[in-house]
Amino acid sequence: MIIDADVVTLSRLQFALTALYHFLFVPLTLGLVWMLAIMESVYVMTGREVWKRMTQFWGVLFGINFAMGVATGVTMEFQFGMNWAYYAHYVGDVFGTPLAIEGLMAFFLEGTLVGLFFMGWKRISRVKHLLVTWFLALATSLSALWILIANGWMQNPVGSAFNAETMRMEVTSFAEVVFNPVAQAKFVHTVSAGYVMGAMFVLSISAWYLLRGRNVDFAKRSMTVAASFGLAAALSVVVLGDESGYAVSENQKMKMAAIEAMWETEPAPASFTVFGIPDVQNRTTHYALRLPWVMGLIGTRSIDKPIPGIANLVEETKGKIDNGIQAYDAMLVLREDKNNAQAKAILSAHDKDLGYALLLKHFIDDPRQATPEDIQKAADSTIPNVPVLFWSFRIMVACGFYFIALFAYSFWLSSKRKLDHKRWYLKLALWSLPLPWVAAELGWIVAEYGRQPWAIEGILPTALGVSSVTSGQVWTSLGGFVLFYTALAVVDAVLMVKFARKGPDGLGLWPSTTATKA
Amino acid sequence: MFDYETLRVIWWALLGVLLIGFAVMDGFDFGIAALLRVLGRNDEERLVLLETIEPTWEGNQVWFILGGGAAFAAWPMLYAVSFSGMYLAIFLVLLAFILRPVGFNFRGKIHDTRWRNLWDWVLVLSGVVVMLISGVAFGNLFLGVPFQFDGDLRMSWHGSFLELLHPFALVAGLVSLSMLLAHGACWAAMKADQSIATRAATLARWFTLAYVVLYVIAGIWLAYGVPGYAIVGPVVTDGVSNPLYKEVARGSSWFASYMQHPWFWSAPLLAILGAVGVQLTVAKTGLAGFISSSLMVAGTILSAGFALFPFLLPSRLDPRSSLTVWDASSSHTTLGLMLGATAIFMPLIILYTSWVYRVLRGRVTLEHVRDSSHTY
Repeated sequence: MIIDADVVTLSRLQFALTALYHFLFVPLTLGLVWMLAIMESVYVMTGREVWKRMTQFWGVLFGINFAMGVATGVTMEFQFGMNWAYYAHYVGDVFGTPLAIEGLMAFFLEGTLVGLFFMGWKRISRVKHLLVTWFLALATSLSALWILIANGWMQNPVGSAFNAETMRMEVTSFAEVVFNPVAQAKFVHTVSAGYVMGAMFVLSISAWYLLRGRNVDFAKRSMTVAASFGLAAALSVVVLGDESGYAVSENQKMKMAAIEAMWETEPAPASFTVFGIPDVQNRTTHYALRLPWVMGLIGTRSIDKPIPGIANLVEETKGKIDNGIQAYDAMLVLREDKNNAQAKAILSAHDKDLGYALLLKHFIDDPRQATPEDIQKAADSTIPNVPVLFWSFRIMVACGFYFIALFAYSFWLSSKRKLDHKRWYLKLALWSLPLPWVAAELGWIVAEYGRQPWAIEGILPTALGVSSVTSGQVWTSLGGFVLFYTALAVVDAVLMVKFARKGPDGLGLWPSTTATKA
Repeated sequence: MFDYETLRVIWWALLGVLLIGFAVMDGFDFGIAALLRVLGRNDEERLVLLETIEPTWEGNQVWFILGGGAAFAAWPMLYAVSFSGMYLAIFLVLLAFILRPVGFNFRGKIHDTRWRNLWDWVLVLSGVVVMLISGVAFGNLFLGVPFQFDGDLRMSWHGSFLELLHPFALVAGLVSLSMLLAHGACWAAMKADQSIATRAATLARWFTLAYVVLYVIAGIWLAYGVPGYAIVGPVVTDGVSNPLYKEVARGSSWFASYMQHPWFWSAPLLAILGAVGVQLTVAKTGLAGFISSSLMVAGTILSAGFALFPFLLPSRLDPRSSLTVWDASSSHTTLGLMLGATAIFMPLIILYTSWVYRVLRGRVTLEHVRDSSHTY
């Protein structure tokens, strides 16, 4: 079995690009749809027309974004089969189920109802339309739940075991897969991030109207909803991000150590490095500015448990590789002699570490022939890209705290009815628009790039997951994606800006106001 | 609750249900998209055609997404081998699925003839590509595809995109194209303004005629020109999912299963009766015409599935590697779990989908399109 290194690199690049691109649209859908549900609820409860118009106007922008989310989501579902065929075979028994349930429980509902949201205003009663919107909102979040259960299992593969006869992972407890603590923490963290994005989207565009003195009442009401929803979401994203950090430290110690650029184990409780320049060559961090105790508290919820450093983890990995080699050997024996009791015993003792033997396939064809140098190389390959993780994480967290501050201030202003009094605030709100996207994309990088070299943590190395395709084929699809996705991004941006500029007044949803009033 | 063998048969049937669901529910969306410039003579008529599917195509498309998800979960090897093996073909389908949603959504957003023409042709192309390639892919199942497994069950594929374009597969592609164009025309005959509906009915009759001719040609070709596959030796129906545990021979007939189970003939019969039904009813009652074309689509897919049974994806390179219902499924536990989830959610899906279609019942008229502004 020879795996083409180009195919691995190109497939990873394609997956990362298409996932990051898809993730530009999905969080906005997740957040904006709840804003629509809130606005429409106020309309149905008070009967005030402005709230219906708000729902419809933000709905137009929601629709443009939703189409992009759907279009790019299909790619994600089919890419596992196209580019990651061995992955699909190796884990489909576990990983496929949440994806299928997502379709059954959530995406079907979402896809069926979204048409009625747009076309149903005149066809169904107010209350029925409100129900459609609520179910639409619920379905989008449920959809995220199942996708993150699948993703959570990649980070923390519980409830499953290796079957040597079918050469794959199989479900042993679906409940463990669903209630995987990593999946649960990720779900709340990710949907909250989406809610922040939705709130910021409404806040920023409304601020632009106020700066122009257009749609003043409309914009102030929208900002009020965005401020309260955004504040709750921003608090939740940081608090539950912390929960997510705790879950990571339990099962992905290497990812945690890389995020912290923690080369050696520190005495408990570990400090948190606020700033520093990680130096991969010398395995040290220059100019480190450390906050004592903080990391130990976040990572272990204690003051006496140490957080292991990268060097120790590499040593631990070597032991796992040794166990993995024994499991690998036993697996091959069993392939020839199904009833070999000794091999069965060895395999069941060490099959949890089988994946570590597969890491060696990067360097040699047969893991059983590994020299100590090969094992060292394989163990070293488990260190992710430290500087990228270190910085991505810090920028993401800084954004998170900034969101809390901005939304808290917005909330205070809106409760004082002073949203349109300070131009600097409105400008700040407008120019903060890109930040939720920056944070979300960096979050994806921390979670998924930080998982490398594993596709499934400790089970299947990413490189082994690829398909039997040629690099020419992947170049073709990668080129196609870059071309079409870029074109679509331009069209999407043009339409978004066009309709945001038109505004509720330009679309005939709201009478024009004069600038003098503001 | 069910034994492994039964669950495998149930999931084989459910795979069929999802395929038929996709072809019936989303097939007419693709048909309408492909016929946009033929049936819609001007922008207003095209708006009518688009509005007949606009509120529902998104939900219909989920049949496809769910089909992919269910194949991943219940038949992971089938999902892995077919999607990676037919890489470029699937990529083209994927592009169509990416461009279609944005086409539907973005087309009406700007009042400009060039803009709308551009998206019209994008939609036409996306429709034709998906209908044609799905048929070509199906045709290749009968021919067998060039893959094999090694001991780690890692699949390798030894073929190119152009090899998929075997003449028999092309005929299968045309069967799919004519069938779904007919289905789309039947939808327009039922839902569009009467002036368009009359033309759609005429088109539907021509397309069904073409379909019947092509379907019969494909059937005769399959009987006399395409060798079948058969499992030799004992057939283990509840063993572990490892394709290499069996032996397969090539050279029998794909109609062997029809001889074994004569009731299988009801599927091709249904397809032909559906086509006859379209001819008889589409011009008079749109609903009867649409039901007929739906039966035609269902019968066609069933007839292909029955002929292949128990094969899912035969390998002509290494017949032993062929995927069958008995050795390419997920574990017993997963199949059971997924059946439970399907039993809960499928009835709900059918319930709310029916409600949505009920709300949207009636023809979309030219007056309606003139009255409503189409910015949102």
